[in-house]
Amino acid sequence: MDAIQKELLNQVAGLHEMPAGAYNIRADGESVARSTTAHIDIVTKTDKPGIDIVIKPGTKNESVHIPVLLSQSGLTEMVYNDFYIGDDCDVTIVAGCGIHNSGDQMSRHDGVHSFYVGKNSHVKYVEKHYGSGEGSGERIMNPQTVVELQENSFMELETVQIRGVDSTKRSTRATLGDGAKIIVTEKLMTHGKQYAETSFDVDLNGEGSSANVISRAVARDDSRQLFLAKINGNNRCAGHSECDAIIMDNARISAVPEITANHLDAELIHEAAIGKIAGDQIIKLMTLGLTEAEAEAQIVNGFLK
Amino acid sequence: MLQLENLSFQVADASASQKEIIKNLNLTIGDHRFIVITGPNGGGKSTLAKLIMGIEKPTGGRILFNGQDITEFSITQRAGSGISFAFQQPVRFKGIKVKDLITLSAGSSLSTAGACEYLSKVGLCARDYINRDVDASLSGGELKRIEIATVLARNTPLSVFDEPEAGIDLWSFNNLIKVFEELHDTDTHRSLLIISHQERILNIADEIVVIADGRVKAQGRRENILPELLQDTGSCRFYQEVQE
Repeated sequence: MDAIQKELLNQVAGLHEMPAGAYNIRADGESVARSTTAHIDIVTKTDKPGIDIVIKPGTKNESVHIPVLLSQSGLTEMVYNDFYIGDDCDVTIVAGCGIHNSGDQMSRHDGVHSFYVGKNSHVKYVEKHYGSGEGSGERIMNPQTVVELQENSFMELETVQIRGVDSTKRSTRATLGDGAKIIVTEKLMTHGKQYAETSFDVDLNGEGSSANVISRAVARDDSRQLFLAKINGNNRCAGHSECDAIIMDNARISAVPEITANHLDAELIHEAAIGKIAGDQIIKLMTLGLTEAEAEAQIVNGFLK
Repeated sequence: MLQLENLSFQVADASASQKEIIKNLNLTIGDHRFIVITGPNGGGKSTLAKLIMGIEKPTGGRILFNGQDITEFSITQRAGSGISFAFQQPVRFKGIKVKDLITLSAGSSLSTAGACEYLSKVGLCARDYINRDVDASLSGGELKRIEIATVLARNTPLSVFDEPEAGIDLWSFNNLIKVFEELHDTDTHRSLLIISHQERILNIADEIVVIADGRVKAQGRRENILPELLQDTGSCRFYQEVQE
């Protein structure tokens, strides 16, 4: 890996060197490093680009890193990664995509991640997006996440996109079985002329299943964001979605929460709030000696922390 | 330390005519003074405090701080020149922790132990609060005490408190009195300016300023002003009768 790819790896996965545990690092369309463990296998797909990650039942306290790096301008790819997680597991999966585009051609990574989570398993999934490079070529990422949660399994899904991605359409679909639980936290900041669209579609099919979708977003400059959250309560279940957004400069944000109860005992709540930074927050920090710009930065950083 | 010269503040009211909140007000606050500003609701006390901090800009007159004209100073510049301010209704933040706020107030990197010291002074067990967000999960009283801790951490020559007692329970109130006394005693130059209606806070002031209808109605040593005030207010007369 060259210096640019190493920096991307640091940004999306917080890695300075090869991680412990299982990993697959994909750089400019090819797998450049891979490691498997006794419990976690990674296999290249033969019918289409991508990998299968197979985690044996009972695997505890292990991690998988599968970062994707693009540093070649003009490269576009579509990758399918499937995760088969056995029963009774407790694992952390760190994905993420970094694009460095110093050319004038569009670089684009589209990925479909499918998770089949076995009974009683806990999966923490972290996905970071980052773009850099001074070229005029656009940096585009369109991640799709499909989740199937079996009985009493629990998935935490954290997504972060703070800088440099010109256009993104993120779609997450989840189907939950009895007693299954999903918590989604999204942190998003757009700037310049960027566009970001997020859609969540959760089917609470199982009895006692629950979903909590929490989005914190900041849109600045001329950027645009669209937030769609759809929760369907098809059984005795609890669903909650929350979009909290700060709008700055000439940005535009739309939040479209949708909840549907198809069962008498479905309890569903949605909250959405969009507004500029409260003036009294800036004033308070200025009375502590911060300039207006410093106060604003402090508030935005805290909000997205 | 602080001089307000012919200070005026007008706002446009609903009928678009000008309403004068502060009227040609003159006030001088010396070094190492403990001053309580009191007076009826709507008399202009909070506005005066905001004018001193720069949150509102006067429509006339001048503000001098340690001999320097700060009338055109921004809030940040006033903070930098040594004025701190405790809000009557403290602000909540999403994602800013109590420790962050205290550290920002201290203006330099602060150890957890350092931040805890300020919280202890306002009667909060630091361990329980230091990593909490300054958000809606805190009660009004907790928030108020954290607000006062930020002013302690600022450690400035002039500290302005806008109704610090509002929302504080009785137990914390005793603490609060102690905090003010200590603050006054530990620095021989520092002045405190407190807006309050509380007799027990008035009782520990060196000097009392009564503001009504945008003007200074009375100013003087506590011994001289307080008895007059207590005679003027019905509730306090009742209190006196009970005492007798």
